[in-house]
Amino acid sequence: MKTLQIVETAYRATVEEQDDTIVWLTHAMTGAGGQFGMLLTGNAVCYAVHGQQVPKLTIGEWQQSHAPDLGADVSALVAKGVSLYAVEEDLEERGLRDAKLSESVTVVPRDELPRLFEEYPRVWKW
Amino acid sequence: MSRYLLIESQDSFSSNAVQEHVELAVALKRAGNEVTLYLVQNGVLPCRSGADGEALHEAVAAGIDVLADDFSLNERGIADRDVARGVRPAAIDAVVERLAASWKVIFL
Amino acid sequence: MAASLTIAIMDAPFENARTVTVFRLVQAALKSGHDVNVFAYEGAVGLSFARQAAHANAVHGRDAAAENHPLPRVWIEQLLGLARKSGRKLDWVNCGLCVDERGMGEAIDGVRRGTPADLWKMSVESVNSLTVGTR
Repeated sequence: MKTLQIVETAYRATVEEQDDTIVWLTHAMTGAGGQFGMLLTGNAVCYAVHGQQVPKLTIGEWQQSHAPDLGADVSALVAKGVSLYAVEEDLEERGLRDAKLSESVTVVPRDELPRLFEEYPRVWKW
Repeated sequence: MSRYLLIESQDSFSSNAVQEHVELAVALKRAGNEVTLYLVQNGVLPCRSGADGEALHEAVAAGIDVLADDFSLNERGIADRDVARGVRPAAIDAVVERLAASWKVIFL
Repeated sequence: MAASLTIAIMDAPFENARTVTVFRLVQAALKSGHDVNVFAYEGAVGLSFARQAAHANAVHGRDAAAENHPLPRVWIEQLLGLARKSGRKLDWVNCGLCVDERGMGEAIDGVRRGTPADLWKMSVESVNSLTVGTR
């Protein structure tokens, strides 16, 4: 059953987890046969921005091996057949209207969300 | 067309997102869907009669069924008589009923 | 008519009002005669941690017994009991990797370890599902 994942909270424990845990969960469930779309809203629209680089964290002598690469992770979802959307007004509010976004993201004005929701039998918000 | 239950747990005093959630509820309603808004936790704070509950009034005016979780109201000292007009106190069973009836239920 | 409902949760114990809301929802669903699946993700795996311990409250002058501090693991045990008595099913699944990274391997009896595939499977086999994310 096709499910629309709405991701709003961004950068929550992403360095500590080395992933966005909902993007990761969506990857894992897709691997188990799940069919998803993903709507980035609120601060999570930042994940649609191309080319972000998170520095590796160092604490004492511990150095992080794999800093999160959220842009790549959402793009990789697209490669698995997940449709990716970002709310236009949230991009604008954050000065990202003219940013270089992932090629696979569809920018959706807020007033089209009802239409988008109707395309999915289930809507999960995290 | 679908039936939507939006569960609002945030309050408009602390979060700008609440206005967007109400706009979503109104847009879903105007698109011909049946929409209920269930306020829970601090989401019930604007329900107090006299509070600045503009977003709430907008939802009610749009014909959205606005329910306020009775436990959350009691927890915050909002008696039934103090609940703003157009909002109905409800038990959490209202959420269970709609889940069981296959409404699209979204926790905001 | 009885339905099977799936709820996914993320909040760690003692951190957010969403926890009580979810427990109230699960209880209401069981009392209404539905089966419930819970997928505990991220911090929510701590809800069933067996080593939660009640404590006294000196600010209020109560010893541990008098304080009777809520413990989510007790709530889960109560809900498992409620499900059993009413002939319903409560399937509480903790995301295994989330358990590992938090060192929360000691869970109460009656819950099980699982993976995201379990969330997908439970949700597909349910009448409906609800996700309660964290902030």
